[in-house]
Amino acid sequence: MTSAALRSGAWKLLEMVTTPLLPSDYLDLVSPLRAGAELRGRIEAVHPETGDAATVVIKPGRGWRGHTAGQYVRIGVDVDGVRLWRAYSITSPTDRKDGRVTITVKAIPDGKVSNHLVRSAEPGTLIQLDQPTGDFVLPQAKPAKVLYLTAGSGITPVMGMLRDTEFDDVVMVHCAPQPQDVIFRNELHDLVADKKLRLTEVHTDTDGILDIARLDELVPDWAEREAWACGPAGLLDAAEEHWAEHGVQERLHTERFRPSIVVAGSGGEVTFSATGKTVDADGATPLLDIGEEAGVLMPSGCRMGICYGCITPLRAGAVRDLRTGEITQAEPGVLIQTCVSAAAGPCDIER
Amino acid sequence: MTAIDPTAHLTAEQIEELGHELDAIRDEVIASRGEKDAAYIRKVISAQRKLELVSRGVLLFSIFPPAWLIGTAGLSVAKIMDNMEIGHNVLHGQWDWMRDPKVHSTTWEWDHVSPSEQWKHSHNELHHTYTNVIGKDNDLGYGIMRVDEDQKWHPFHLGQPLWNFINACFFEYGIAAYDLELGKNLHKRRRKNPEFRARAKAVGRKIRKQVIKDYVIHPLLSGPSFLTTLAATFTANLVRNIWSHSVIMCGHFPEGVQVFERRSIKGETRGQWYLRQMMGSANISGSRAMHFMTGNLSHQIEHHLFPDLPSNRYAEVAVKVRALFEKYELEYVTGPLPKQVFSAWRKVFRLSLPNRTPKVKTPDREQELVAA
Ligand code: FES
Repeated sequence: MTSAALRSGAWKLLEMVTTPLLPSDYLDLVSPLRAGAELRGRIEAVHPETGDAATVVIKPGRGWRGHTAGQYVRIGVDVDGVRLWRAYSITSPTDRKDGRVTITVKAIPDGKVSNHLVRSAEPGTLIQLDQPTGDFVLPQAKPAKVLYLTAGSGITPVMGMLRDTEFDDVVMVHCAPQPQDVIFRNELHDLVADKKLRLTEVHTDTDGILDIARLDELVPDWAEREAWACGPAGLLDAAEEHWAEHGVQERLHTERFRPSIVVAGSGGEVTFSATGKTVDADGATPLLDIGEEAGVLMPSGCRMGICYGCITPLRAGAVRDLRTGEITQAEPGVLIQTCVSAAAGPCDIER
Repeated sequence: MTAIDPTAHLTAEQIEELGHELDAIRDEVIASRGEKDAAYIRKVISAQRKLELVSRGVLLFSIFPPAWLIGTAGLSVAKIMDNMEIGHNVLHGQWDWMRDPKVHSTTWEWDHVSPSEQWKHSHNELHHTYTNVIGKDNDLGYGIMRVDEDQKWHPFHLGQPLWNFINACFFEYGIAAYDLELGKNLHKRRRKNPEFRARAKAVGRKIRKQVIKDYVIHPLLSGPSFLTTLAATFTANLVRNIWSHSVIMCGHFPEGVQVFERRSIKGETRGQWYLRQMMGSANISGSRAMHFMTGNLSHQIEHHLFPDLPSNRYAEVAVKVRALFEKYELEYVTGPLPKQVFSAWRKVFRLSLPNRTPKVKTPDREQELVAA
């Protein structure tokens, strides 16, 4: 017998020992970050950066495959007992000695996860991790001249790049409302003092929003530079247009954070994505009825919200609980009871 | 069944008002669900797993009597925790709101021979929707017993104290058979139904795994303690079965609990549905430890009103629910475990014989409401 076969045989035996649970359910009790475990991380520290931003130091589990500068990671955090998933750019360099990674989070108004991470996350807390991903990264071949164009928390992936790879000629244009809102300001100024970076800060409270045409004056050779831009959609749209106008769009790399803002209304178009049907729904009829009427095979039971026999993934949009009025928005892993939920705007149900 | 409908004094408006008051209690708990509750269930799950591990560890040396005793006691408690406070409640979706796929009604599997999926259907869907409705809720006597005067007597029922005792000892198998609706499905034609066969196969698989684990693997791992570990596991399963059977009997069988006729639930309003749950369930009084070991099914009335609220909140809900019972002059059936178990068993014995007095017709709530 090969050792692999032996190992899998031993594992099968172990599964018989622990049935109906899995061996990992017990191993997780003692070693949640071990190799072979579902990927998790442990928050080790939270350092404030500005009034509303903080850097979270995470020790990833053994299964962490490492990241490329500029990438982001999705994390699952329990806030008020509810697991919520968000994506954040990694701000630590790829060769950090202690194997930790950092994300830097800006608390956005009403942001459940961001406020929790910035203000109340406790060291020692376990979080869920996905492998890092994203193609907003530096190229293999070093470009001669680099431009980073960022605004607000759009600086986070770029900071990951700045800390990771040194270039001979780097210019950065960064926008923030006021000087104290500039995340990593001290570190940026240290880089400037060491002549590793040329930095232009645009303070939008006093200077107004950056007019992309001003680039000619701020960075006269912008068109010759390999550029990475990250920030609000307005800035990125303007940048893409500007680069395209000058015929150098292949030099520009952009990263958009997609805050999926769902405005909950009443009723809307319901898509049953597994069946491929789309119908209009009012805000008062249970989605179970809507689906059945449309000929979609809907699981059901009590039809009154008690048996959980009808739960179905909500892939997009928002629904309203007809009993409590509570709004639930689509997120990975969110299941709804179709018998007591109605469309609160367009939504997509996996049936 | 009582000749007089104990809810007859309520007007239709009062019943709807009662419904709104219960909805308000539910909303309050939902709005305040949070981190503490999540921490509670995680702690219970982790404690259960540690207890099971340690107990099974101790049983490796069960050839020594003290080790046998400690290990068996520990394993019995661990199995009861898995079955009651964790399994039953997770499978009700009580913890789905945490969005943790590991503690979720769609993924949970329990240490029980009935696969979660089938149990959820017969229990959550049929029993909880049609609580105590004769002919609809098979939990009324599990199809093998007569537990109400309104059910027809048959000579078969003479043996029901014995059936009930056997069912208690092998309760998990009884439940599995019940979830399969074995009695009904063993008829020739139904046996071939592919849907039934698939479900029967799933039960077979689950039984095999459970039996191999408890009666082959763990005893084998114990080497010289093979036989004693086998006996210990058998005992733990027996204790768990008798315990859960007793708790569950207390939920709907004690004297004072009402049953309902099929037609009485036609067109039932939300208020009426609540009322039926209130009159169809009974509680067990006792210490916090008692509530915990029953999986909070000691708060059966509250559980039936709000089957998906986290179990750790039933105690606080019970205070408010009880006040409503008083306000609406309804009987809140409760008592200590021995008293309730005795009451339920007495009924099993009494109804094994035909009715002594001629059967009294069930009051028809619909008609009475119209009259009121
Ligand atoms: S059908 Fe029972 S909860 Fe929806």
